[in-house]
Amino acid sequence: MFANLSDRLTETFRNLRGKGRLTEADIDGTIREIRRALLDADVAVPVVRTFTGNIRERALGAEVSGALNPGQQVVKIVNEELVAILGGEARQLRFAKNGPTVIMLAGLQGAGKTTLAGKLAHHLKQQGHTPLLVAADLQRPNAVTQLKVVGERAGVPVFAPEAGVTREDERPRGNPVKVAKKGLKEAEQRQHSVVIVDTAGRLGIDQELMKQASDIRKAVEPDEVLFVIDAMIGQDAVATATAFQEGVDFTGVVLTKLDGDARGGAALSVAEVTGRPIMFASTGEKLDDFEVFHPDRMASRILDMGDILTLIEQA
Amino acid sequence: GTGLGQSLLAIFRRGSLSQDDWDELEETLLMADVGAAATDELMADLKARVKADPDGDPRTLLRAALLDVVDPSLDRGLALGEAGDGALHSAIVVGVNGVGKTTTVGKLARVLVAEERSVVLGAADTFRAAAADQLETWGSRVGVPVVRSHVDGADPASVAFEAADRARSEQAEVLLVDTAGRLQNKQGLMDELGKIVRVVSKVSPPSEVLLVLDATTGQNGLTQARVFGQVAPLTGIVLTKLDGTAKGGIVLAVQRELGVPVKFVGLGEGADDLAPFDAAGFVDSLLGE
Ligand SMILES: Nc1nc2c(ncn2[C@@H]2O[C@H](COP(=O)(O)OP(=O)(O)OP(=O)(O)O)[C@@H](O)[C@H]2O)c(=O)[nH]1
Ligand SMILES: Nc1nc2c(ncn2[C@@H]2O[C@H](COP(=O)(O)OP(=O)(O)OP(=O)(O)O)[C@@H](O)[C@H]2O)c(=O)[nH]1
Ligand SMILES: [Mg+2]
Ligand SMILES: [Mg+2]
Repeated sequence: MFANLSDRLTETFRNLRGKGRLTEADIDGTIREIRRALLDADVAVPVVRTFTGNIRERALGAEVSGALNPGQQVVKIVNEELVAILGGEARQLRFAKNGPTVIMLAGLQGAGKTTLAGKLAHHLKQQGHTPLLVAADLQRPNAVTQLKVVGERAGVPVFAPEAGVTREDERPRGNPVKVAKKGLKEAEQRQHSVVIVDTAGRLGIDQELMKQASDIRKAVEPDEVLFVIDAMIGQDAVATATAFQEGVDFTGVVLTKLDGDARGGAALSVAEVTGRPIMFASTGEKLDDFEVFHPDRMASRILDMGDILTLIEQA
Repeated sequence: GTGLGQSLLAIFRRGSLSQDDWDELEETLLMADVGAAATDELMADLKARVKADPDGDPRTLLRAALLDVVDPSLDRGLALGEAGDGALHSAIVVGVNGVGKTTTVGKLARVLVAEERSVVLGAADTFRAAAADQLETWGSRVGVPVVRSHVDGADPASVAFEAADRARSEQAEVLLVDTAGRLQNKQGLMDELGKIVRVVSKVSPPSEVLLVLDATTGQNGLTQARVFGQVAPLTGIVLTKLDGTAKGGIVLAVQRELGVPVKFVGLGEGADDLAPFDAAGFVDSLLGE
């Protein structure tokens, strides 16, 4: 057993010399290792299948440059394909031409939406914007309290006309769609440049809640709908991302909890299946643990190819 | 979804298995997050079973192989004593961020209250915004007291100790400690968890350390179980969010490698959405029934 793909491929190609064109036999061994590495990284099975298919096609008959052995040559192709799917250059946030820019957050329970709301607000404030946070999760116990604390930490006001579920009142009350709409109005009146709408976590198959998210979207016509997804998610990434794409038609993706040691293959699944750009990475619990997404870093993280990539770059 | 079950059914109806059928079977396990290593082993096991019993229904044989890993004979009850046994029993709930720890503490309290146990909750998450408020809401929902700090970032071990101390002095029967979410690769936070466990142990050595795993979690779930288990030996898994489309197959790998059984499953956000783990039902759902 070898620790990572890099080691395993080095072993696979120990006895081969990099000459001429790649043969089918060269490629098959490598593809097997790559498939296994992608599965271990939680890339969804159908995505692994298309991906390795494409790699195989591109690699067959590819010219082997003198400096690389066949394994390294395939890895180079894999890396290029990965980065291409993960989205070459990161896209910037789209801002509204007139009036406040509206950003809506959506995703599964516990993905990191409320935390991200604070991070985005903090980030935009530093850039000279005047964000307003809107508390449209009236369902999770103390979600509104949580957003208020987050807003306080970020030094950004929170619009919260409904208290949501609290110790004082345990029944869900108020209408998240109305709260979002009022929040936008409030931002217009007070001339906030950005509105960030935090929504409740919901499952892809929860039709009622998905309808609610879609209604919130219609009510505030966001410039960006960000789908927030946990980097630790496994095969369910495809079903969930598809459901949110159909439900709220998100415009971008934020990958959270990248400070962990999950390989984050979901990034590939979501990008491939939805075609939406991954825009930001969330890398911790604190306000500034937030960065622009780097496709190249993610590619090498998914396949654990550190050493081999350095070799290839030097070739 | 149901696709998995339908594809399996289609395969099994075809009788003898071709290579494509084997591949498809393998994929169904992978797609349930069982993981490549555990899937390899299960497929080898299935091949042996098919060989030994060529007339057997491969579907039944795979189900049996899966059930063997899950082991329905394991005791999955909570080791928290009996009502009226006069002792204080404690449980600590641990896991990575956002998996459902606080919700699970609330739901477990509801179960224990229904069994007429007196329960105290300890809010040893002093970090996440409004974590203690969230637990207090759960406490009032199910009618049990919560010991918390009102200072952000207070020492979580101190709060845990205070909760244990209060549970003892009020002669409560069960103490449930909610802890902050932490990623297992953060040494400082894992050390902090160790301290919480030690401090509670001074009053009442925890007879349950429950790791909460989110059913959507992929292969990282195994690392979570390994590393949390090093800080405090795990007595059980609570598999949450099983009401979604995820199958939670990673718990097979966890049980196969570490022997830690799933005790409960989370099936929603409400107080009653907690159920005892049912091995046969879980296997059937992996197979898409
Ligand atoms: N380590 C780490 N933790 C994070 C990150 N983002 C969020 N969290 C934590 O994950 C947990 C859940 O985050 P929330 O922001 O409450 O998630 P949510 O999506 O709003 O959850 P719901 O509203 O319940 O659906 C909290 O403990 C956060 O501190 C991250 O990038 N890294
Ligand atoms: N659908 C569903 N949602 C759940 C389940 N269990 C918890 N949740 C939701 O998941 C989100 C996170 O739950 P919490 O209990 O706050 O998770 P936690 O592990 O305490 O989170 P941190 O303390 O921030 O690490 C909330 O929105 C819960 O309502 C479940 O079984 N099913
Ligand atoms: Mg939230
Ligand atoms: Mg919690």
